[in-house]
Amino acid sequence: MEIPYIVETRADTGLNNVKLGIWLFLASEVMLFGALFSTYIILRVGAPEWPRGELSVIFGAANTIILISSSVTMVMAWASLKMHAWGKHRFYLLVTVGLALFFLVNKFFEYAEHVGKHEIPSYNTFFAIYYTLTGLHGLHIVGGIVVMLYFLGPGAKLAKKNPDQFTNRIEATGLYWHFVDLVWIFLFPVLYLL
Amino acid sequence: MSDSADIKNHLGKYWMIGAALLVFTGITVAANQLHLAVPLAITVALIIAITKGSMVAAVFMHLSHEKKWIYGALLLTVVFFIVLMSVPFLTVNDGIGTPIHVPAPAHTGGH
Repeated sequence: MEIPYIVETRADTGLNNVKLGIWLFLASEVMLFGALFSTYIILRVGAPEWPRGELSVIFGAANTIILISSSVTMVMAWASLKMHAWGKHRFYLLVTVGLALFFLVNKFFEYAEHVGKHEIPSYNTFFAIYYTLTGLHGLHIVGGIVVMLYFLGPGAKLAKKNPDQFTNRIEATGLYWHFVDLVWIFLFPVLYLL
Repeated sequence: MSDSADIKNHLGKYWMIGAALLVFTGITVAANQLHLAVPLAITVALIIAITKGSMVAAVFMHLSHEKKWIYGALLLTVVFFIVLMSVPFLTVNDGIGTPIHVPAPAHTGGH
């Protein structure tokens, strides 16, 4: 028995399961990061003093530029697929993976710099919340890379068998990736600038 | 949005929004160099972040023209998110458990 509404939309909602499913997942993600942002506020408001300027703005700004660029290439990968430009789709998806890896390399050097100065999570409350927020965000980046590599590799076979279903999957991946970018847009000023 | 020609018309918009997001990132960093007072710095940074976030959500995530079921799910999320973000204020503003300062009994003296 086939799962209904994978490609075709339901008459009552105008949506297919993929889109509704990814949005409900993203809603739960909003609450997950929301809980951590809320924790950050509690810790910051309750602290007698809060360190500022502990993190390198250059590292943070560079990673912001990288993630914004990856969001553009991701949306272009989806748009190319919609326009039946298979080669362009693969190119943009590959660039997105490259930018995501670049983000992680940047993050690695940033972590290494702090660990070298013994600024680990137990150093103070600021670094505890910094590693928690950026670590969880980094895991989301890794998750996105795994999914995109799958669609560049074995998952790409679906494009020949069922192009519409493949396009829907890329759209869902894109929505997830833009959400990861959106979270960083808030993490950057909160952790690096304020 | 599903028509191929329709998407072709949106390609320029995607690049424009990407460029605008980079410009806003530059403005955020530049504003940080002004060393504003903390409350003002938080306000400016959050206004810019909300603007950037809205652009990503509206254009890249196509929320500017989505189905009402998606809006419904997100509206519910926003309500719960606001409740979640209000929790810190409850911890600051509630009076539960705050000791009541009863004036000490007057010392009468003598034994």
